[in-house]
Amino acid sequence: MSALACRRLSARLGAAEVLHGIDLVLPAGRWTSIVGPNGAGKSTLLRVLAGLLPCSGGEVELLGRPLAAWAQRERARALAWLGQGEGADGGADDLTAWDVAMLGRLPHRPWLAAPGAADRACVEAALRATHAWDWRDRPLGELSGGERQRVLLARALAVQSEVLLMDEPLANLDPPHQSDWLSTVRRLTGAGTTVVSVLHEIGFALHADHVVVLQSGRVLHAGAPHETSTHEALEAVFDGRIAIRPLDEGWAVVPRG
Amino acid sequence: MKPRVWLLGCALLVAGCVLLALGAAIGSTGLDSLTAMRSDPVAWQIVWDIRLPRTAGAWVCGALLGLAGAVAQGLFRNPLADPYLLGSASGASLGTALALLVAGRSASRAMSTDWLVQLGVTGAAFVGAVLAVLLTLMLARGAQHTLRLLLGGVIVGVVLGAAKDLVTLAAPHILEAMQGFTLGSTAFLGWQAVSLMAGLLALCLLVSRLLAPVLDGLALGESTAASLGLALPALRAALVAVLALCTATAVAHAGLIAFVGLAAPHLVRPLVRSTHAALLMLSAGMGGVLLMASDLLARGLFAPQELPVGVLTALIGGGYLLWLMHRRGGRR
Repeated sequence: MSALACRRLSARLGAAEVLHGIDLVLPAGRWTSIVGPNGAGKSTLLRVLAGLLPCSGGEVELLGRPLAAWAQRERARALAWLGQGEGADGGADDLTAWDVAMLGRLPHRPWLAAPGAADRACVEAALRATHAWDWRDRPLGELSGGERQRVLLARALAVQSEVLLMDEPLANLDPPHQSDWLSTVRRLTGAGTTVVSVLHEIGFALHADHVVVLQSGRVLHAGAPHETSTHEALEAVFDGRIAIRPLDEGWAVVPRG
Repeated sequence: MKPRVWLLGCALLVAGCVLLALGAAIGSTGLDSLTAMRSDPVAWQIVWDIRLPRTAGAWVCGALLGLAGAVAQGLFRNPLADPYLLGSASGASLGTALALLVAGRSASRAMSTDWLVQLGVTGAAFVGAVLAVLLTLMLARGAQHTLRLLLGGVIVGVVLGAAKDLVTLAAPHILEAMQGFTLGSTAFLGWQAVSLMAGLLALCLLVSRLLAPVLDGLALGESTAASLGLALPALRAALVAVLALCTATAVAHAGLIAFVGLAAPHLVRPLVRSTHAALLMLSAGMGGVLLMASDLLARGLFAPQELPVGVLTALIGGGYLLWLMHRRGGRR
């Protein structure tokens, strides 16, 4: 069964059409990585799939139901979103890490109800998973870029949704926390969660179960990360400026000329 | 909720009560009125009908502005946002100018004791402020786009401001009264006005408390807030309504008091880091205390002469903010 699917999907940013007739099926309980050069429409695709941007044509199905048929709060429980640079304008600087992570429970809590024991346990687990628990009482404004990113990831994890969409989740993370992110995603998919990420780190993207290569608003290729055709598509989409070589259990991405 | 939130809340409450007591004692006739009020009906009238309502009114007005400031800063995700952002200030000015013009020469606000005229001017200011915000909403085609709202507010502010200037040029006799309105004053508040404002304040506090999680969600950006299941268009419109109601109520009764709305949330933030649920309430309390203290100083500093309270709010609030920035800048 597919967690997310779209048919003949097109979308506009202002007057320009950015996505042209995209057909995709994202398998449930798997991790799909969307990659492509700047301006290929990766973030736009992710936003349309999350229902945050209306599509100008085609349709999106979430867990077998058209996106428009979901009630807003119900959809917020089923699908979580981690955007690029959330709170980067300083608006959330006064919220503590705990407060931010607790926002992830908003779709689950009745309006105005104080967070219950289950909410608190869930937020604690999320903050511990991203190693942000120790500074849960510090305001976001006093954290470094990487620390903020881990709090924001915890916020998305706290939703405990079936589907989790992340736009550049590795931004600002140092290598150990990038690895932590990888194991978090593995644990999520192991538990049946569907993860979709837009990544610029091709080496990391190739750890996914499923890789979608976008170019100029169209799907150039969708396949498993170990397939030669996937590597060829990646090398082609980046104008042959990268080469993909096997390394240990993964893949190394080598810059070329 | 965090203990510091309670602590600050209690401190603001105590400060409010102390200032209210002081407010009963300070005035052009000094303490005499307070000591003589049991036997002397004039002294009783001075304390009960003049000093107490204006002091309590200063608190309610300040609370309305503080709440409006916190809502505006959360809604526009801009620490420089203030309650007058959506054009309500110039709308209220124009309304006041027109009302003074219609009421004629006798209605000079500073001298008039005619409550009907007073009511008319207050009502006109309120209607003007609300209409200005509606005009801004029309220009911005709803409350969905905050940048359009800001631009609409600026345009409405400039245009209505110019219209007010035209009215005052055509009728120079209202100039003095208009200046009093522009500087802000709590001198004309009676119990009726205070209870009306208090009722509206209670309503606005309740509604904004209900909407506080929306402001928290918006702090992470519009997309994230929407992804958390918040129905943004309707909720944002409700926040604009609260903002407009708070500001219009305060402006209609006390004129354009500067800086309280902008400063109050900034005075709360370094003391308590919290979600909007607490920030909104504390900003209201802080705004009340700020305006009440300014009002006391305005009456007491050069008694029996009185300073315009808006001048003092700017001095006190601005001075404290400057000191805060300086201190923070030094630490970094």
